[in-house]
Amino acid sequence: MLSNTALKEMILIVALVAAMLLLVSVMGSAYGVRVLVEASCYAIIALGLTIQWGYAGLFNAGIMGFVALGGFSAMLMTFPTNPRFWESDLPGELGTAFLKLIVGVLLVVAASQLHRLKVPRKIQIPFTMILGAVVYFWVINSFAPVTGSIVREAGFIGGFGLPVWVGWTVGGILAGTVAYFIGHICLGLRSDYLAIATLGVAEIIKAFLKNFEWMTRGTLTVSPLPWPVPGAGEVGFIMARALYLSVTAVMIAVIFFLLHRAYNGPWGRMMRAIRDNEISSSAMGKDVNKRRLEVFIFGCILMGIGGAALATFNGIFDPNGYLPLNHTFLIWVMVILGGPGNNIGTLFGAVLVYVVWVMSEPAALALLNAISYLGDLWFAWEAPSDFSSRALQARVFSIGLIITLVLRYAPKGLFPEKVPQHK
Amino acid sequence: MNELVFFLNNVVISGLVIGSIYALGAVGITLIFSILRFAHFAHADMMTLGAFFAFFLTAMFPAVGPAIGLPTAFVMLPIAMALTAVTAIYLDKGFYKPLRKHNVKPIVIVMASLGVTLMLQGLIRMFMGTSARSMYIDDRKDIYRIDLPFELASRPLVITDPQILLFVVLIVSVISLHLFLTRTRLGKAMRAMSDNPDLARVSGINTDTVVKVTWVIAGCLAAAAGTMLSLDVTLKPDLSFHLLLPIFAAAIVGGVGHPYGALAGGFVIGFAETLSVFNWAVLLRPFRDYLWFDLPSSLAIVPTEFKITVPFFILLAILVWRPTGLFKGKVL
Repeated sequence: MLSNTALKEMILIVALVAAMLLLVSVMGSAYGVRVLVEASCYAIIALGLTIQWGYAGLFNAGIMGFVALGGFSAMLMTFPTNPRFWESDLPGELGTAFLKLIVGVLLVVAASQLHRLKVPRKIQIPFTMILGAVVYFWVINSFAPVTGSIVREAGFIGGFGLPVWVGWTVGGILAGTVAYFIGHICLGLRSDYLAIATLGVAEIIKAFLKNFEWMTRGTLTVSPLPWPVPGAGEVGFIMARALYLSVTAVMIAVIFFLLHRAYNGPWGRMMRAIRDNEISSSAMGKDVNKRRLEVFIFGCILMGIGGAALATFNGIFDPNGYLPLNHTFLIWVMVILGGPGNNIGTLFGAVLVYVVWVMSEPAALALLNAISYLGDLWFAWEAPSDFSSRALQARVFSIGLIITLVLRYAPKGLFPEKVPQHK
Repeated sequence: MNELVFFLNNVVISGLVIGSIYALGAVGITLIFSILRFAHFAHADMMTLGAFFAFFLTAMFPAVGPAIGLPTAFVMLPIAMALTAVTAIYLDKGFYKPLRKHNVKPIVIVMASLGVTLMLQGLIRMFMGTSARSMYIDDRKDIYRIDLPFELASRPLVITDPQILLFVVLIVSVISLHLFLTRTRLGKAMRAMSDNPDLARVSGINTDTVVKVTWVIAGCLAAAAGTMLSLDVTLKPDLSFHLLLPIFAAAIVGGVGHPYGALAGGFVIGFAETLSVFNWAVLLRPFRDYLWFDLPSSLAIVPTEFKITVPFFILLAILVWRPTGLFKGKVL
């Protein structure tokens, strides 16, 4: 006997599958599989968010930054090496600059530990600051000529030509490292500060990726990135994409299994206790800040991996393609609509929202063409020339509207969280 | 001497200008933070919205300004401020108040404010397009070049009309806000509610009115800041994008809940930005013969394209070393 909620969930899932079949039959299977692969990459990212928000109640407003880091490391690790760079003297010079950076960091760290040698704080702090400033100028002035000549002579440093899985793993590690520093600073404070800081870090990451032309080619973009499976040239579009989809599906299955175990285990219980009542769980001897840092890092690692898979699938690394606010909140909509803390709900939300997001562009354009045609016909009203680019902003508006409405009327989402009860 | 004039133009004047904008925004943020207890992310978009109201009014009555001798958008500023304040009250009524009534966690209201940000951004771009516009329609920007009374200074000090007006707006609004908060019943009620909301409620303060007044003040200041900034540069729909992080940094640097702290924080962030993108080699060039090292052509602390990192790192530094801010605000 199915309970009411189970029936509702069955119906929702069947409806989603039907919508997917409709999409495939209307737009062709090559396109349909592409949307599915992208949706599966977004699902990995959304699972990262659901453990941060659903399990632990942490507000991450900078998802796109971590996704972009994943994409960047997929590019850097897997793109074929650039012989024009490696055959010149530039690698040596770049290595020297990095060596100077390491020496500088060590010097500053050593100066900050001077108080252990009984140097008074009054002397130590100004000394460390002055040393830091000097080292900073020394390092940036040793990098500037090298990076300038890399851009002039070789374009950019190219990738390392490593296998794809290395790129994805490094993407996760990189995102996790940044998350460690941000979380370490902000998680002890009120949750708003984490939101502000993550919002900032997404902008900073984007600024770096866009302007470090020697590493990322900036606005020139890097393509094509190698795939982990045979490409379209060897086995055809549909087959290649289907193979890619099976890779991401296996990843989702593994992540899903691990998350399911963690959520139902003692770790998940502890996280829910911290989320629901911070004070009582700290009274029970749980280290609240450390646990939060842990879950924040785990979530960001998943976001990095998802971002790497997404960039590899698109085959292009374009720092300008990452729009911090809009895409971040697309993922937020996936999670809060699907049901925070419910992994199945998150997967459902990811696929549903992504399909709607993709389909809304042609639908909006068709609607607009009809409006401007009728407006011209009936009122002799001439649509402005950038009408279509403006109209696409309606999608931004609707993301915002959905967020506010879901928060108000259905805060638990379509698939409410199911806390396991042991009787 | 010309180097010093260059410094004054590029650091002191532009630092004062951008600092005043940040200060006006940060005061609103800090008031909302201390009274409604959430980080209002839609504030930068309220600034943009205010500027667009001023732009609409300017486009409707372009001849008002030249008749008085001030920029039209500045003459229209009070109406734009009123419109933004009304919008702010209705945004609160539509999106934040129901959540407050449900006693949700503050972070959920923060999320709703991000939803409002996206809605405002979408609406502004839908109606106004994505291109930059000039706020001057029938009039033009006056630029004053003040020659300095020194022999060696051949370059003038440059200041524009909207910049002077901005300083006037800032001074007037700070003084009136100070008088409001310290002399009137409502202002005192606001301070009481920011100190202890429960105590304020049981002692008979009408919290709904206080909330409304907070939105009015925040909306007015936001509209003023947005309009003055877009008068000085141009009106762009992505104005908010460049303002969001600095105004939050300013509010936190000043200490949350401290209007004067927010003012100071705004100038700290503004000057930090202009000082760090300034090319210090220009100032050192006259002494180049006495220096023991070769002067590089560029000695800016951060390149201009990384300007956005400055408020962020100041924010992180203050969160690490002094989370209460310079003026001992609250860490809510």
